[in-house]
Amino acid sequence: MAVERLRNKPCGGRYGDIVQSIGNTPLVELPGLSPKPGVHIWAKLEGCNPTGSVKDRVARALIEDAEEQGALSPGQRVLEPTSGNTGIALAMICARKGYRLTVVLPDNVTPERKQLLEMYGAEVIASEGAKGSNGAVEKALELAASDSSWYMPYQYGNQANPGAHYNGTAVEITEQLDDVAAFVAGLGTGGTLMGCGRRLKETYSDAVKIVAAEPMPGEPVQGLRSLDEGFIPPIIDLSLLDRKIFVTNADAILFTRKLLREEGLFAGPSSGAVARVAVRIAEELDEGNVVFVVADDGWKYLSSGIYTRPLEELTDIDATVWW
Amino acid sequence: MAKIKIPPVLRASVGGEREVSAGGENVGAVLAELVSAHPATGEQLFSADGELNRYVNVYLNDEDVRVLEGLDTPVGEADTLVILPAMAGGR
Repeated sequence: MAVERLRNKPCGGRYGDIVQSIGNTPLVELPGLSPKPGVHIWAKLEGCNPTGSVKDRVARALIEDAEEQGALSPGQRVLEPTSGNTGIALAMICARKGYRLTVVLPDNVTPERKQLLEMYGAEVIASEGAKGSNGAVEKALELAASDSSWYMPYQYGNQANPGAHYNGTAVEITEQLDDVAAFVAGLGTGGTLMGCGRRLKETYSDAVKIVAAEPMPGEPVQGLRSLDEGFIPPIIDLSLLDRKIFVTNADAILFTRKLLREEGLFAGPSSGAVARVAVRIAEELDEGNVVFVVADDGWKYLSSGIYTRPLEELTDIDATVWW
Repeated sequence: MAKIKIPPVLRASVGGEREVSAGGENVGAVLAELVSAHPATGEQLFSADGELNRYVNVYLNDEDVRVLEGLDTPVGEADTLVILPAMAGGR
């Protein structure tokens, strides 16, 4: 007798500890966003991970890969540049595994992110907000160079980052759907797009389009003296992408509100940007499944007022690092 | 003529303007006209071999041209090129 394929993996199960419970997130259709019959838009709810973001997968992979390589010893200090979610995930995992964590964080992120880091026991060093994540990376690299006892996973250049998605997120998607016409995710470190892109192209060939949604940095955050001060995460391979589309902070916030209002989905602002691009891609299709990643929920952004205040009152949209 | 949005880091090279116009059938031609009108932008935008500086992203409206046809990406009269520095994404 043929066994019917189990399509709905429960977002539950039993695990030995919280680190083991990472992943196996739900894939939820958002029927109101679909532009036409036959085109289905699906949200992969990474906010269901233990610390509330997709970065739990990455942080686990970074640390466990380092342990397997012998690069990380018990009780060692870990250092990482992050605009929040990776730091929070690392803080939880390092606390579970007995490592001390220091994160370098732009000073203009929402206060909830700093609070969560400290609650999980991480030390926070602020970098200049005007330099955005570029500034955090720069400062962390300087600190790591000055003290060799620190281990820096360096999510921007560590293949364990996309590996977490190649082996986790993307595999789940291929189990949750028979076919995927487009996969849309935010471009930050590049890990989600590179890891999922590789696996999905291996599974569906060129029938699947890999689409990056990226934040358009506001002018206060650009703050560079010259274009040579720019930064491209080493793990990014543009040839894996079929489209790369920027979204302004204002548009990201408006679409995030739309997700909440119309679909009941309380997502972080990067997800509004990604969803906006997903809908645009869906409009270009005649049929098929469009999957987009909801990297985190909205809890960490409540104090910013992006869900409740009129847009014209949000004076620091462009000066804030949202993603 | 297409519009070109100039990032803060390049505005001094174009006389302080946030937006300039330039003609051309593709991205390469439009940027060449920009450099011709404002030579100081040349070494910021392009490397010695004529390729876009790796830390420069150019968007046709809102799409990165490197993932389209690069400098050969066609540009229409109603299009806007947006030049942005490559920035590390968050997380």
